Amino acid sequence: MEYLNIIFQETYKILFLLVPVLVSVAMIVWLDRRVWAFVQKRQGPNVVGPFGLLQSLADALKYIFKEIIIPASSNKVIFILAPIITMTLALTAWAVIPFSESNVLSNINVGILYIFAVSSLGVYGIIMGGWASNSKYPFLGAIRSAAQMVSYEVSIGIIIINVLLCVGSLNLNDIVIAQKNMWFVIPLFPMFVIFFISALAETNRPPFDLPEAEAELVAGYQTEYSGMMYAMFWLGEYANILLMCALGSILFLGGWLSPIDLFPFNMIPGAIWLIFKILFLFILFALVKAIVPRYRYDQLMRLGWKIFLPLSLTYVILTASYLFYFNLLPTT
Amino acid sequence: MIAHAIFFYIFSIIAVISAIMVTVSKNTVHSVFFLILDFISISCLFIMIGAEFLGMIMLIVYVGAVAVLFLFVVMMLNVAQQKNQWFISKESSGHIPIGLIISVIIFFELIIVIGGWKYKPELFNPTNLSITKEISNTHSLGQILYTDYIHVFQISGMTLLIAMIGAIVLTFRQREGVKKQSYLKQISRERAEGVEVIEVASNKGVKIDD
Repeated sequence: MEYLNIIFQETYKILFLLVPVLVSVAMIVWLDRRVWAFVQKRQGPNVVGPFGLLQSLADALKYIFKEIIIPASSNKVIFILAPIITMTLALTAWAVIPFSESNVLSNINVGILYIFAVSSLGVYGIIMGGWASNSKYPFLGAIRSAAQMVSYEVSIGIIIINVLLCVGSLNLNDIVIAQKNMWFVIPLFPMFVIFFISALAETNRPPFDLPEAEAELVAGYQTEYSGMMYAMFWLGEYANILLMCALGSILFLGGWLSPIDLFPFNMIPGAIWLIFKILFLFILFALVKAIVPRYRYDQLMRLGWKIFLPLSLTYVILTASYLFYFNLLPTT
Repeated sequence: MIAHAIFFYIFSIIAVISAIMVTVSKNTVHSVFFLILDFISISCLFIMIGAEFLGMIMLIVYVGAVAVLFLFVVMMLNVAQQKNQWFISKESSGHIPIGLIISVIIFFELIIVIGGWKYKPELFNPTNLSITKEISNTHSLGQILYTDYIHVFQISGMTLLIAMIGAIVLTFRQREGVKKQSYLKQISRERAEGVEVIEVASNKGVKIDD
């Protein structure tokens, strides 16, 4: 009975987190398309519902009623598993995101490592989908994305080391609390820029959307997918983008902290501040999609390995020596 | 405690079965996927004994990087459709004696380690390491690696670096006639050298490629 009670409570908490995340993923797709349209002086989706807000729901309804086509020569188990893995991994990472000091599903000691591990697992959904389709374009897309995501994870990992040097803990709540006096975006501004660009590459967003470059590879790894399975890839992708925005706002923009610690601002609950910061980063993501042309593949690899990796390594050494020289290293 | 035992058995059964499937499954890519499942369940076991840092690092390093490269190579070499006919084909049966010798060596090593653990526990006494219950295991790992065993740690790092350089040297070869992109040249190109405006005389035309 006691166990049942615990399970019931935890399920309630998980649903209370997952349902808002899924709804906001649908809304964020709408926002992405709207921002993209406004930059290009178009209207964007504005027909379904007020301001076109229900467009994503209409799209989802359409996807649900479409037929799921499984290619005859595909590897069926892995073909079906791939979108499920993408979506599950994108959603599991939200378990450790703190929305306020106490409002976090599981406050584990190695939260940042957990998010990093789960986001590095995200590449499997793409590789499995591309390989199991047993077709040229998906396979090329999968190979590209494997190389791309592994390369940019390295620089994201080193940027995270920069932040951890200033915090002295792997707990996400401790990272937020350490920014009480000054957000890390000020002392670590170059790292924030590199993190933002690496996050674009990690989530296969333009200008780094080579795994699904429609001019070369039709739709990359998701060419053979249709109906609900395609929609799951899509949801997973946007959930990953939101997760990267959340990670960026926790590492650099102070998470759930209010920008000024004064009366009207610190009355607003932390979750709302976090949502505002996530939205700010997401609008930047959407703007980049609208204004930047796609990279060539060799340029992408060069940027990751020859520019970002040395820069972030140098910054690690600089941060460590600065903290060591002025005796500012966090002690616990 | 019962819940703990149930989860331990679930993870360890998955780990053992997927380890067997790595060798048994006919498709090489499936083998790699089972290897990944094995890594994941092992890291779950690490987390269950309280070594959450090791578990996460296992996920990041093995599953996130090493296994991706495995998959990459297996897919690119096109061995995916090759039938894994061990015991049947004549070429592969030549490997069986070597495999047997290696497995016997591993078996004896395991016997020595477990026997020593059982009968000479002072050999494996961890009390000289600075592990305490108060600090998290990330901290204690850092203390052990970077203060108590700093020289061993540095030497292993150097060994890895040498291995990396060796691999690059072995596979590096100078090829003739490879076209290279000069980024500086591409970026610093200006309109004046890329575009030329020519007055074209009427009915004369202009010669483009010369």
